[in-house]
Amino acid sequence: MARLTIDRAQKRFGSYLALDDVSIAVEDGEFLAVLGPSGCGKTTLLRQIAGFDKLDGGRISIGDRLVSSAQSHIPPEHRKLGIVFQSYALWPHMTVAENVAYGLTVAGVRDPERSKRVAAALDLVGLNGFAERRPGLLSGGQRQRVALARCLVTEPSLVLLDEPLANLDVHLRASMEEEFSRFHERTGTTMVYITHDQAEAMALADRIAVMDRGRLLQLATPSLLYREPANVTVAGFIGEGMVLPATILSAPQAGRCKVSVLGVEAVVRCRPDQAVTGQAKLCLRARDIGIAGAGQDGLPATVERLSYQGGFFRMEARPASNQDIVLHLDAAEPAPAQAGEAIRIAISDGWIIPESVSLDKAA
Amino acid sequence: MSLADPATLRTRVEETGLLWGLVGLVALLSLLPIGRLVVEGLAPGGQLSATALGKVMASPATWTATWNSLTTAIAGTILATLIGGTVALLATLTDIRARNAFTFCFVLPLMIAPQVTALAWLQLFGPSSTLLKLIGMAPPLGSRNPLYSREGIILLLGLQYAPLVFLTLRAGLRALPKELIEAGLAAGASPLTVLRTVVLPLMTPPLVAGIALCFVSSLGNFGIPAFLGIPGNFLVLPTLIYQRLAGLGPGVLSEVAILSLLIGIIAMAGILLQDLMLRRRDFRITTTSSAARPFELGRWRRPVEIGLWAFAILVLAMPFLGLLSTSLIPAFGVPLNAKTATLANYAYVLFEHAASKRAFINSFLMSAGAATLIVLICVPLGYFIVWKKSRALRLLNLAAELPYAMPGVVLAIAAILLFLKPLPVLNVSLYNTIWIIVFAYLARFLVLGLRPVISGYLQIDRTLEEAAQIAGAGLPRRLVTIIFPLVAPAAVAGALLVFLTAFNELTVSALLWSSGAETLGVVVFSFEQGGDSTYASALAAITVVVTVGLMASTTLFAQKLPQGVLPWRD
Repeated sequence: MARLTIDRAQKRFGSYLALDDVSIAVEDGEFLAVLGPSGCGKTTLLRQIAGFDKLDGGRISIGDRLVSSAQSHIPPEHRKLGIVFQSYALWPHMTVAENVAYGLTVAGVRDPERSKRVAAALDLVGLNGFAERRPGLLSGGQRQRVALARCLVTEPSLVLLDEPLANLDVHLRASMEEEFSRFHERTGTTMVYITHDQAEAMALADRIAVMDRGRLLQLATPSLLYREPANVTVAGFIGEGMVLPATILSAPQAGRCKVSVLGVEAVVRCRPDQAVTGQAKLCLRARDIGIAGAGQDGLPATVERLSYQGGFFRMEARPASNQDIVLHLDAAEPAPAQAGEAIRIAISDGWIIPESVSLDKAA
Repeated sequence: MSLADPATLRTRVEETGLLWGLVGLVALLSLLPIGRLVVEGLAPGGQLSATALGKVMASPATWTATWNSLTTAIAGTILATLIGGTVALLATLTDIRARNAFTFCFVLPLMIAPQVTALAWLQLFGPSSTLLKLIGMAPPLGSRNPLYSREGIILLLGLQYAPLVFLTLRAGLRALPKELIEAGLAAGASPLTVLRTVVLPLMTPPLVAGIALCFVSSLGNFGIPAFLGIPGNFLVLPTLIYQRLAGLGPGVLSEVAILSLLIGIIAMAGILLQDLMLRRRDFRITTTSSAARPFELGRWRRPVEIGLWAFAILVLAMPFLGLLSTSLIPAFGVPLNAKTATLANYAYVLFEHAASKRAFINSFLMSAGAATLIVLICVPLGYFIVWKKSRALRLLNLAAELPYAMPGVVLAIAAILLFLKPLPVLNVSLYNTIWIIVFAYLARFLVLGLRPVISGYLQIDRTLEEAAQIAGAGLPRRLVTIIFPLVAPAAVAGALLVFLTAFNELTVSALLWSSGAETLGVVVFSFEQGGDSTYASALAAITVVVTVGLMASTTLFAQKLPQGVLPWRD
């Protein structure tokens, strides 16, 4: 187990900055997810941690050992970490057992110790009957398990997982997700999990690092990330947040303030030091808004589209005061309104996006 | 650089050591010989002098041979292009059956040694043709074999290298997206119009590349003009060099070096001309989709199939039957029948004739040795070229092409220049040993092994290597346990190409052989020159059987091969 410290990491490909001053400190035994759309730099980050590429600036340390900086570079084979690759990367010319045993052989572990540990690792992933098979004959889920066993058999202090579920079907994903988190609990290994799927990241990680265009946008627990996005990009990316212009009407009190949004007033969450301003941005989630009850104040809007989600409807509506904005909200069955009908929308919660976050250069 | 820990340091030393070792080796095999030759051309015998140059330039033989080389190479290339191009279009774009078998048969002449082809055709025609006698159609005694002529050389060069044009054009046709053809058909054009206005214009690059390859090969060919030209004193540059060197010894080395540079310059001109032709227009193809649906020939299918197979049989089976029939008679001129047929010639070349017995062992060991060494060089070399993207090696990759692109005599002369004097420091002489031939094989055929290995690397998912790296394996261990097994099929294909080419070659060893270091090509050549056509035919027939057998054996591991690494596999 080891801390992983990434300090102002920079990587350039030609004139393109693939990593732009990324700093992350991963605690010992922590499960960190790195989340972002494709091309955000998350795979570049993983390759830097693993040592496949060289840094152009900044430093990466595993435990107390400096492994990467612009001046020095420890090759991947001496970093003592494990990777589960998206493509599994199982060697087709070896059996399952030989695949798993490889790292032990390289480390000089001999039989019977080696075969004992291979058997234990295969047992752990539920593949003890498969030792002599070739990887080519296994299903996707089984291959993923072999990759996991191969990675963990050497008990690395740090495990990197590169979109390990991207090639699996939906049913397998759920069970593999469970498997990963059981593993993390049992071994206490520090894990860095690269993914573009926020549901996966939310379900598994202790903390999530959201990246976009080579920059770290926010590093926080899943709940904080969802409830209190630091900037507009994170707000829009996580949980399909709607970002609306708002005017703050009162200074924060007990973490809440009064705002005016699209011509109606609402009380929403905010930072305790939130300044009173006319240029605030409000993040709303579908569950923060609903159709106003009788006598309740609400935002007049027109229903544009209804789509059935199983048990409820996702409703899209345009506010009368600003036709450029589309709000989406959940409506229980049976549908309370049809497309084209006028409704009033009540705002029950929301979050004022902190305005002067230094990371938020993109917004 | 900050101080690294010992393990990191060791890794760095291993990797850079291997890289620079490879750089040195490739430079030694490709740049050194050509460089040495150029130096000899400028400063013969170590002194800057124009005497040798003047002597060569003043000799009428030089210009006759140059003219003969140019005319035979150009006319042979035109013939090869007509045959290879037509066959490639028919066999790739139409719905003929048994395409695999046809490809195998059509490409076969390319893999058979040119001197064997020449010998076989000589047996087919002429007054002593055993086969023609069999059917009573042999020309009258005393008349000249029509193949001993400029036209004969052109004909055989055309037949020998038609597969080169076929192969490059077919590779291009396969990469042609079907949408381009379908769009033409949908616009109402007939298949022939589409062929003329869409397919052929887009096929200019592969066609030009094939033509250039064919020209350079024809120019450098030694076996065909040696068998067909020397008897009638019709000399081309490679045979002129051979005669000078064989007749006058190493004393004329400076002169033949200049002659070989002359061939080198003509070959380079051919390659540059190709470059120039392709630079004028944009031929890039934008989509990559599956190959086009073949044009249906309808009622023309049967006649086309018959025509193609008749041609394949004519150029393949007939000369081989000529060869076979000559190898079965007791003495040249005796008609072949149930009474005269004998295997004595085979017994003689296999068990009695000392040089011929040695040649089997020499050719086999040298070809196998060169193939093995080349694979051992190419696997790490391909690793650095494809995956590490080493710039030094990318340049050397081009350099490695040089000894193969140049005519074989050029390399042979360069090797003599390099090794005529004993090696410095070691004080060992390679000249007049088999090692000078091994060196020439390694230099000349390196690229034959490298190309399949590189396409093998391009098709392997690199994370397989990265996974081993993460598991702690250093580069030497990764090469042995992970990388080599993964590229093995491509490497085996490369090794086989090297083996077959070396096993059948004559161009290099004709100039480099010495007593005790004969190759099969040399022995066939000297049998034929000494008038022993029956022995030459028997020996040649054996090499053909070995070659075809090895080619056919590749079906065993065909599924594991990257597409297109073996010319005779569809």
